[in-house]
Amino acid sequence: MRDLKTNYFEDLRLFNSRVQIFWTVVLLVGLFALPLMVKSYYLTIVNLMAVNVIVALGLNLLVGNTGQISLGHAGFVALGAYTTVFLLKMGVPILIAMAMSGVVAGLFGVLLGIPSLKLEGPYLAIATLAFGLAVTIILGRVDALGGRMGISVPKINLNWTGLKYDTSLYYFIIIITILAVIITRNILKSRIGRAFQSIRDSDIAASAIGVNLTKYKLYSFAISAAFAGVAGSLWALYLGFINPTLFTFILSITFLAVVVLGGLGFVAGSVMGAVVMTFLNLQLENVVDIPVLGSIVTKFSEMFMMPDGVANVSWVFTGLILILVVIFEPLGLYGIWIRIKIFWKRWPF
Amino acid sequence: MIVQLLISSLVIGSIYALLALAMSITYKASEVPNFAQGEMAMVSTFITFVLLSTYNFSFYIALLGSIVFAFLLGVLLEFVFLRRAKDPSPLSYIIITIGFQLMLYGLAAWKWGSEQQQINLPFSESKVIYQNDSFAITELNLATIVISLIVLFIVYLLIQKTKLGLAMKACQQNVNAAKMNGISANMIMAVSFGISSVVGAIAGVLIAPIITLDPSMMWDPLLKGFAAAVLGGMKSLWGVVIGGFLLGIIENLFGFYVSIEFKSVVAFLIIVVVLYFRPSGIFDKHYVRKV
Repeated sequence: MRDLKTNYFEDLRLFNSRVQIFWTVVLLVGLFALPLMVKSYYLTIVNLMAVNVIVALGLNLLVGNTGQISLGHAGFVALGAYTTVFLLKMGVPILIAMAMSGVVAGLFGVLLGIPSLKLEGPYLAIATLAFGLAVTIILGRVDALGGRMGISVPKINLNWTGLKYDTSLYYFIIIITILAVIITRNILKSRIGRAFQSIRDSDIAASAIGVNLTKYKLYSFAISAAFAGVAGSLWALYLGFINPTLFTFILSITFLAVVVLGGLGFVAGSVMGAVVMTFLNLQLENVVDIPVLGSIVTKFSEMFMMPDGVANVSWVFTGLILILVVIFEPLGLYGIWIRIKIFWKRWPF
Repeated sequence: MIVQLLISSLVIGSIYALLALAMSITYKASEVPNFAQGEMAMVSTFITFVLLSTYNFSFYIALLGSIVFAFLLGVLLEFVFLRRAKDPSPLSYIIITIGFQLMLYGLAAWKWGSEQQQINLPFSESKVIYQNDSFAITELNLATIVISLIVLFIVYLLIQKTKLGLAMKACQQNVNAAKMNGISANMIMAVSFGISSVVGAIAGVLIAPIITLDPSMMWDPLLKGFAAAVLGGMKSLWGVVIGGFLLGIIENLFGFYVSIEFKSVVAFLIIVVVLYFRPSGIFDKHYVRKV
């Protein structure tokens, strides 16, 4: 029974077993060797996944661990992206620009957190949603940031790596993502993480045992927003061009969907959710090309629907996946993984 | 000019009020803010459109058809999806409604394409009913306001004066006690979703001539309706209606006197500020949930 923990330090350890270390090393080696094996198109997919992982990690801290809802994370991503572009144009090095994106988004997180301290349920949902929309609309009207037409992102100087631009950008994004995973995991195992979870389970009971609600709710908003800001910064680098229509309400919903699909409150859940959701979205965009499903969809759409609207099938499937996950597996992909693990551990009983 | 502005505020405000009322009915019944409300209204409006233009029914029959459809759609959402949720928390309900919203949007865009359609109501926008130097009321303006008020009044009667309304209130206050008194709480829930969907559908039909008919037509109005409901206090019937009209007025006055570009931003910023001082909206008492 290696799962049982006998003291606190076992709980803090990054890895529980040699098996875990082995697979983590395999994953890392795989990620770092990827540019040698595949074309740069696949690297961009992994980049997109990595950016979504970072947003999901932050959002999961807020939604899954602290129990607050946010429908405005696209706003924080937008803040991060525009801050980076602005600073890069001023000639600031990328690492500082990225850190500043996190800081700016985090500050706005606190700003949003203050009115949200007393709110819950739909009131919190509408306040965050309002914030996200307001940020996007205002950023989209600032002419220095390209206004409605958008603005191109300056290429950063990665020549010192001696690799192609795509490859070095890939390494850059992957390293930041791995750092983000470790940071989130350590926050959750610390005093702050435990305070978050006690607020989620019952805020009144938490304050009765001495958790400062104001402080920790603001921490949660700030950290979550900062992650989104950093992700926005990386997203801008990866896209090369940003405009305000990227950061819509639908994007915020997609982030929430990622977290729910992966598993609320689990770091591994955020990672799985982001990877699977990004992959599914890319697949469903070309639903007609999928072997069996594609022909069924085409037939159906010729009989009842408009054939050229077939791309919209991706919405239907995304919605259906969300509903099915909530109904049948509230812990998301992470819950499925846990059940598979338990099944094999107890096998053949 | 101010009178003309107020008239257009009342027109858009009455639609916000209807949407806010629709949000409020389901929220009161189940604590679910139904994000699919807008898409349900959009699909019902498309049903009206199809009945009108493809099958050439008269407007009132088409409206009746889409009302029946909307009721069934609301019941479907409750019966097929929300009721099946294991271990329901507010967040999982929100996710289910968002999933339903995406599904309906995808289906509508697949079926009717994303180009904008024109719906023909029997009320024209160009026919002026009353006019003097400073303002004019068109037939469409008047019809929108009057129909909204009638619907608001019918919902008021339904909730305050009928046995159904009493059962709905009983379920909101204490589900177990209501069940013990022989009320089928599940059925009441399904009917609440049906009614709210009908109210939303009427709002959709009324707003279709103002903005054009396409699958994404309800995104903005729904957020405004939701915001109006929150502004008034989601659980107070009068509050949400007043919130709707208030939001319409604020938006139009700001749009005219200050800046048309930041029109929707100001509505949302006001809501954040209001919520800071009144965490459960203007007309609702704030309760802290017990441990």
